Amino acid sequence: MRFMLLFSRQGKLRLQKWYTATAERDKKKMVRELMQVVLARKPKMCSFLEWRDLKIVYKRYASLYFCCAVEEQDNELITLEVIHRFVELLDKYFGSVCELDIIFNFEKAYFILDEFLMGGEIQDTSKKSVLKAIEQADLLQEVLIYCYIDQVDL
Amino acid sequence: MPAPIRLRELIRTIRTARTQAEEREMIQKECAAIRSSFREEDNTYRCRNVAKLLYMHMLGYPAHFGQLECLKLIASQKFTDKRIGYLGAMLLLDERQDVHLLMTNCIKNDLNHSTQYVQGLALCTLGCMGSSEMCRDLAGEVEKLLKTSNSYLRKKAALCAVHVIRKVPELMEMFLPATKNLLSEKNHGVLHTSVVLLTEMCERSPDMLSHFRKLVPQLVRILKNLIMSGYSPEHDVSGISDPFLQVRILRLLRILGKGDDDSSEAMNDILAQVATNTETSKNVGNAILYETVLTIMDIKSESGLRVLAINILGRFLLNNDKNIRYVALTSLLKTVQTDHNAVQRHRSTIVDCLKDLDVSIKRRAMELSFALVNGNNIRGMMKELLYFLDSCDPDFKADCASGIFLAAEKYAPSKRWHIDTIMRVLTTAGSYVRDDSVPNLIQLITNSVEMHAYTVQRLYKALLDDISQQPLVQVASWCIGEYGDLLVSGQCEEEEPIQVSEDEVLDVLEGLLVSNLSTPVTRGYSLTAIMKLSTRFSSLNRIKKVVSIYGSSIDVELQQRAVEYNALFKKYDHMRPALLERMPIMEKTIFSGDGIFTVCLWSVFPVLQANDLLDLLGGNDVVPIIQTTVPTKPASAGGELLDLLGDLSLTVIPPMTAYNKNGLIIEFTFERSNPNPNIAVITIHATNSTEADMTEFVFQAAVPKVCSFPSCILINLLFMSWCIGT
Repeated sequence: MRFMLLFSRQGKLRLQKWYTATAERDKKKMVRELMQVVLARKPKMCSFLEWRDLKIVYKRYASLYFCCAVEEQDNELITLEVIHRFVELLDKYFGSVCELDIIFNFEKAYFILDEFLMGGEIQDTSKKSVLKAIEQADLLQEVLIYCYIDQVDL
Repeated sequence: MPAPIRLRELIRTIRTARTQAEEREMIQKECAAIRSSFREEDNTYRCRNVAKLLYMHMLGYPAHFGQLECLKLIASQKFTDKRIGYLGAMLLLDERQDVHLLMTNCIKNDLNHSTQYVQGLALCTLGCMGSSEMCRDLAGEVEKLLKTSNSYLRKKAALCAVHVIRKVPELMEMFLPATKNLLSEKNHGVLHTSVVLLTEMCERSPDMLSHFRKLVPQLVRILKNLIMSGYSPEHDVSGISDPFLQVRILRLLRILGKGDDDSSEAMNDILAQVATNTETSKNVGNAILYETVLTIMDIKSESGLRVLAINILGRFLLNNDKNIRYVALTSLLKTVQTDHNAVQRHRSTIVDCLKDLDVSIKRRAMELSFALVNGNNIRGMMKELLYFLDSCDPDFKADCASGIFLAAEKYAPSKRWHIDTIMRVLTTAGSYVRDDSVPNLIQLITNSVEMHAYTVQRLYKALLDDISQQPLVQVASWCIGEYGDLLVSGQCEEEEPIQVSEDEVLDVLEGLLVSNLSTPVTRGYSLTAIMKLSTRFSSLNRIKKVVSIYGSSIDVELQQRAVEYNALFKKYDHMRPALLERMPIMEKTIFSGDGIFTVCLWSVFPVLQANDLLDLLGGNDVVPIIQTTVPTKPASAGGELLDLLGDLSLTVIPPMTAYNKNGLIIEFTFERSNPNPNIAVITIHATNSTEADMTEFVFQAAVPKVCSFPSCILINLLFMSWCIGT
């Protein structure tokens, strides 16, 4: 996977994860272009399209579009499953996740994504395992282990 | 100094902004506060401030001043700081900034941290955005972690190693020992990431590939266990056990089995098993089947298995799910070359997909349809494709038209059918046809000698209906120019000949000249066509008038043509019939896709009569020593010139001395070019037979512009040494 984007129907970016080194302005350009292309798709069309030299796999969940750019040799159908797994993880973590959860807790969404995927590949295929790791890490944040000045909340 | 506002509070505030300007104002205010907080080196709230900065960055605002702060957070001992710091690094930093190298030391320390979640953060950051330098420095640490027994770290280390190898392929060797028992792990996370690592190594190095071939039995076993094992709630997806791992293993097997008989043999059974036993009601199952099909097609599988694979794809085509259909068409396109007959069986389903509503599916179906066209199904397929051309989106029309032309050229059952098909394309999608199709079509029409009358008649009728489609108009003008005599004399055999007079034809052509719809190129075609008709029609005066009018046209190209044609009427009338003769059969010679017709040289030849050559050189007082070759075919309308047209196996023009005076001898020799007999090579030998030097020798070559195609006349100057006294 080259990158993953989450954006709303109004074209607001909610999450962007890039797995290749890309310049800031190129990222902005690609995001803008891709959002335009995907938002223009009609509901009945298939979830795959070709864009530049990449294959785009996207799926809409409620008001959010989950959009991945994969390479030529990647399996599009399993990418749909990857997206679905990520949504399931968010859903389990936030409890019936909605767009607002991801807006207000974007850093947590990133933490979950980073526990699930690395370099564009799945780290663990067990939902339970990923969620447990996040839970433990969150716990670590709560507990005052270090003896420096008190930790504050975000 | 009050505490900086909380992250969620800021998000809430920014979302209340009603206009872009209002939002920008809020952001600027907060950024100023954050900046001063950074300046004060506030450790307590640095984390909060960077988090806010990351939010603003996502909205599109600049956040580069937070880069160093991220580094400070990473270096902090607090877990929250590290978490936000690494996130910030991944979002704000990349290898283009020199700053990122400062992270290296922190990451190194964190890779050896006592808490696995901190190690995890470091591995994740390195594995997502580590630069080549960082990878080089830290590869050793990653390798160490690859050998740990902690599966949480092992799986992350494996993916980190994948990234390291992608960035610095030379380091691949160092991870080899650690891969020894990766596949004996029970943990699915480690298994999955190990397979990814092995795949990466095998893809990059043929040596690694041969080395890892011995893992095939083990991989087959793991796959078998996944399929045969009972329900495992942890890894189950819609009744299938760990589809992600299955897909990854299948992909690795594909790479290992490619080109290798033994490995392909070893995986044959499991592939058949997966192909037949996988549940197809949900997307997951189909994803696995898809990967299986790809693997079967790539390795050296036996024919039974290949047929099974194609049939799976055929079933996919009938699936209600668009995504599955799309994927099937894509795969079939890849396999159509190698397993043509098997794919042919699904031709009707593929053709049905042309009517699908989805653009991507239509395009795939179109490409596949063209790949499946052959001599047997051409008529049926063409009907469908022409129907598709009528109704498809404009984006497709150009490609579809080109595809139809190609297919028609290869498999046309008859010349009449071919011409009809071309007509159909030109009239329905005429404006989308590619520019290079026009010369191709003209060549085709020229070579279908018996169809000339029919073709020109149909084209003329099409022009009467519609003159807006330029390629159609161009081809039609050219044909009318060439075969206008056949049109007027009503010689058509294939269909009812129409009654049309010379004036009517000229009306149409002149109409093209003045119409706003005609492009300059089209006007050029029309003018030339009118000119050609001067030798085929009797209404010379009318033609002369038209030509002279355009002598003062604003369009330079048109003006030049008109002036030259005028000159033909006035000064070179004796050459006119020869110049405007019927075009001979052309052979297409392809010069890196330009489609330059070198055979046009044949039509240039009539001009190079002996007398004219002398005129070019300026010498009038030399007796030409030439022999005219008697044409073996009946003389064309041109008369008694060096008729070199029509028959490609002609005699060569003998050499001649064009000038022999005052010691300067100029000889012309003519020969056919050796690699390409359609090119004539004229060599000019200039010899100085006196003892004195000759100075101010000026070589000028004049090239007459004759027809509407680009002619190719290359002038190679080879200066031979002056022979003194020889």
